[in-house]
Amino acid sequence: MNVTTTSRYPWENDPLLTVENLTMRFGGLVAVDNLSFTVGRGDITALIGPNGAGKTTVFNCVTGFYKPTEGRIVMRHGPGRRDEAVEELTDSAARYARQEDGAVFLLERMPDFTISSTAKVARTFQNIRLFGGMTCLENLLVAQHNPLMRASGFSIAGLLNLPSYRSAAKEAKDRAIYWLEQCQLIHRADDPAADLPYGDQRRLEIARAMCSEPHLLCLDEPAAGLNPRESAELNALLQFIRSETGTSILLIEHDMGVVMKISDHVVVLDYGRKIADETADAVRNDPKVIAAYLGVDDESEIDDEDIRADLHRGEHQAGTQGGEA
Amino acid sequence: MAGETESGTGQDQPVATTHPEGAQIKTEERAEAPNLVVSTGPRGLSERVKQAAIATFITAVLAFFFFPIRTSIAPGGLDITWRWSLYALALIFAFFGKLLVDAYLLSPAGPRVRAMVSGLFILGFVILYAWHPLGDILFGTGQFEELLGSILIGTVFGAILLGLVVLISRATGKIGTAATGVAAQKKADRISTFGKWALRVLFVVALMLPWIVMFLFPNRDRQLIDISILILTYVMLGWGLNIVVGLAGLLDLGYVAFYAVGAYAYALLAQYFGFGFWMALPLAGLFAAMWGIMLGFPVLRLRGDYLAIVTLAFGEIIRVVLLNWSEFTGGPDGIGRIPKPTLFGIEFNRGEGGFADIFGLDYDTIHRFIFFYYIIFVLALITHFATMRLRRLPVGRAWEALREDEIACRSLGINTTLVKLSAFSIGAMFGGFAGSFFATRQGFISPESFTFIESAIILAIVVLGGLGSQIGVVFASIVMIGGIELLRNIGFLSVVFGENFDPTQFRMLIFGLAMVLIMVWKPRGLISARQPSAVYKERKSIGADVVAQGEGH
Amino acid sequence: MEYFIQQLINGLTLGSIYGLIAIGYTMVYGIIGMINFAHGDIFTVGAYVALAVILLLGISGATGATMLVLALLLVLVISMVFTAVWGWTVERIAYRPLRGSFRLAPLITAIGMSIVLQNFIQVTQGARVKPIQPIISGGIPLFDGRSDGGIIVQLSWMQLLIIVSTFVLMVGFTFLITKTALGRSQRACEQDQKMAALLGVDVDKTISLTFVMGAALAAVAGLMFLLLYGVLDFYIGFLAGIKAFTAAVLGGIGSLPGAMLGGIVLGLIEVFWSAYFSVEYKDVAAFSILAIVLIFMPSGLLGKPEVEKV
Repeated sequence: MNVTTTSRYPWENDPLLTVENLTMRFGGLVAVDNLSFTVGRGDITALIGPNGAGKTTVFNCVTGFYKPTEGRIVMRHGPGRRDEAVEELTDSAARYARQEDGAVFLLERMPDFTISSTAKVARTFQNIRLFGGMTCLENLLVAQHNPLMRASGFSIAGLLNLPSYRSAAKEAKDRAIYWLEQCQLIHRADDPAADLPYGDQRRLEIARAMCSEPHLLCLDEPAAGLNPRESAELNALLQFIRSETGTSILLIEHDMGVVMKISDHVVVLDYGRKIADETADAVRNDPKVIAAYLGVDDESEIDDEDIRADLHRGEHQAGTQGGEA
Repeated sequence: MAGETESGTGQDQPVATTHPEGAQIKTEERAEAPNLVVSTGPRGLSERVKQAAIATFITAVLAFFFFPIRTSIAPGGLDITWRWSLYALALIFAFFGKLLVDAYLLSPAGPRVRAMVSGLFILGFVILYAWHPLGDILFGTGQFEELLGSILIGTVFGAILLGLVVLISRATGKIGTAATGVAAQKKADRISTFGKWALRVLFVVALMLPWIVMFLFPNRDRQLIDISILILTYVMLGWGLNIVVGLAGLLDLGYVAFYAVGAYAYALLAQYFGFGFWMALPLAGLFAAMWGIMLGFPVLRLRGDYLAIVTLAFGEIIRVVLLNWSEFTGGPDGIGRIPKPTLFGIEFNRGEGGFADIFGLDYDTIHRFIFFYYIIFVLALITHFATMRLRRLPVGRAWEALREDEIACRSLGINTTLVKLSAFSIGAMFGGFAGSFFATRQGFISPESFTFIESAIILAIVVLGGLGSQIGVVFASIVMIGGIELLRNIGFLSVVFGENFDPTQFRMLIFGLAMVLIMVWKPRGLISARQPSAVYKERKSIGADVVAQGEGH
Repeated sequence: MEYFIQQLINGLTLGSIYGLIAIGYTMVYGIIGMINFAHGDIFTVGAYVALAVILLLGISGATGATMLVLALLLVLVISMVFTAVWGWTVERIAYRPLRGSFRLAPLITAIGMSIVLQNFIQVTQGARVKPIQPIISGGIPLFDGRSDGGIIVQLSWMQLLIIVSTFVLMVGFTFLITKTALGRSQRACEQDQKMAALLGVDVDKTISLTFVMGAALAAVAGLMFLLLYGVLDFYIGFLAGIKAFTAAVLGGIGSLPGAMLGGIVLGLIEVFWSAYFSVEYKDVAAFSILAIVLIFMPSGLLGKPEVEKV
């Protein structure tokens, strides 16, 4: 994977996250098979594929909830590929190494909570995981636990209510309110998260993840269960996040309307293998992708008219094209 | 007891969503329904009688080897004493009791049926009571009074308990109304307003209590202040455990271990190093917190019930060690002569330099009672305010987040092991404080005071009060601990019911029944609304239906 | 060596009793996911019923062998039936109304029920310890080690009875769970009560039967405890219950063979610890082993590993 020459894909030159030869087995089942892909800095990257293709497993490996059977997952802070630093780190026993202008992290070596706190990778969940009995505001404050904990002097300054803690607490609240406003949830700030409608819960989960100030935001089916208007709002929100904070986004999505409109880069999985790794436009016309969707998935799940049309066109090509990536 | 028809609620199971929304709320409503709503019980009179007969039959089977037959130690082994009369009386009460409970609670009947049932019941009662000779002939001398006495006490105590619960429920919204959306919000708000006022009134009463008691009950003031001290000790323990179970959602069945560590820490420091109470108090808390960390570190990654059983095991281990390490802890004989606390060096002794002497008062043991009262009052208040403050700090918010969803916590970079340990050790610390207070109040401690049943009582107080609710713990302590103590002191009833009637032996029986009844009636506890820890514009209470209960969901 | 074998036999005997009680815990946990704290006291109820029946029938050490077997069988059946009704009732009044409610509520009613049962027995039967004369005595001397300065290793009839009947019950039970319609309903309810109900399984009845079976087995354990130790008090169920629950967790809660294995492991640990180290700290040893096993094998010896769903 040591490509030093300039690649035709921009994400190869300035990668934020590289997944290299990732394999995940559960007993005899190979959920992810020798998968490699790259998430470019500042990009919106989509990971798509039929149900059961192993997308969420990849997410769980990246965010540390699963330990991959094999493979390397590298996260980079600061510009460039940092190949030397990565190799040096891989040979050492350390989990991450800091350089003057950034850092490199081997996520497969890190415990799950440090991936968020140190490597700055935040995520949302397919089956929304909010703190249902806490208000929206509280949800976003919990996300700022680590900086607040330091500011509260591990509760001692907090118990004494020292000015240093008070200002940090105010800052945290302001940040929470900022994100509630951006997600159009400010009117529900004092309501318990469980009382929000589904679409609002999805946005709240994104707001919460953003409060941990991530470099990479991983979204697991953010548009699932949203109506078209809400999907459009989601698109706008994700583009706002990217342009405003520079946070890169990796998302799993079935809603092709979302994927094709906002993604810079699409990786397609089928049966745990990568079958395409292209720009959105290229993937849209890739017969292998069409075959994978047509062969496995329900057509009605594919919302985009173009894709559906493509699917019909690619129907008879499907037989001749193998599953090789 | 056995009667009402199947209501189909049984098939419901909490849906394994990550947060309790729709389905789970519905499930809860349905789960509460059979106890409160009136659709499933018997309707017609013949149906009622049939159900009562079934209940009586089941009682007959249950009681067969316990009421009529009593094994007693006789020369050369065991012998059987027969008590058929007791059995017969129990069955009669089962029959009419079931009719009454159905007619009034489970399936309210029309006035005609109610009048008939209650009339029969009262008539029988009056005849038997008024005409003792008949009772004696039917049931054997003395036995009737005994049974009557226990039933009367049970009824009176149950009525008081019921009254309290209904009172609290009335103030906090209609019992059993479906709690969703706006209604839930309103209900929760009502609870919070009520809680706020109750808290203020309670605070003033608690602050003045020794004086109120001395004014109102000059003859029983020591006893009543002593009970108040006991109640406050349990309030403090309840608040300490509330951090672990109510906020962090970790089920701890061995909390009494930390109470024991605190008590023994002070007793041993006093015995071996001559420490005074005030010097030992922080150390006792520290020791308990250290034990919390030591015990917590290996076990806190266990989930739900596994955690419960291991904490229970650790509680037992500490007790067994205290019991058997005689050279150090005095073993089963315990440690006595634990010094009393002083007020800035002033002792509460008779004679020169004592409290009474210095302040020019007549020596009276009540001074020490009042002093103890205010010590535990202040300790409990410190526990309360520390908890309330911690809840608003990141660590407290992390506790609650942990209770809501551990995986989400980890995805936000929270080190859940540390968060659990902090909850465990801070809860343990307050247990330790309470323990050293217990040691100095009693002046004597032995492992017997730290059995599992204590852990169970503290947990019951937290759950009955409403998980996470500070005021709920106070109510539950008053009802449960005050209730047991009340029963301990009703010896005067033996004047009415004869010499061999001993009400104290029914104490724990009634305590257990009360636990079951309150829980069946209000599974979420007496006060169950949650107050948010941070507010943007408007503070709104959160109904218990959306608040998670910790691991295992 | 002789000493070791004798302790092994003693440990198996104690372990069998723990195992029989543990099955009740594990079945209830498997099907409704709650710790039935009152189960230990159901065991006490079983022992008291057995005691009463033994006294009623006038069974003593002097009863002839054939009569004794028949009479004990009768005691067993009666005590199983009556204890089963207790188990059923406890479920009906304290647990069923809370089914589907949050997890701590039934735990508290279970603790409350345990307090109720203990004190009910105390109030109706008295607080004093009840001793009975040994009914079954003698045994098979396995070998005589006295010539080498050892002891006689003996498998008493009582121990044989306990181990054999536990074995028979286990076989019968495994058959019941794996082969019959009831067992199928039980396993279905364990997986998904709602779905089971939709497919025509009577969930309430299945759960009731689970309690009934657990209580009946506890009654067997109660009778054996009574015959083995010859003393009873209202408090025996507490420690036995906690030990049996420990055994259930040790073996992997929810697993029937696990409960039996956990019981036997626990019995052996206790007996060997008492024999070779100290009697006082046998409970500490048992609980420490539990903690250690759970820390390294979080789902017990035979439990299904819990997969964390993200």
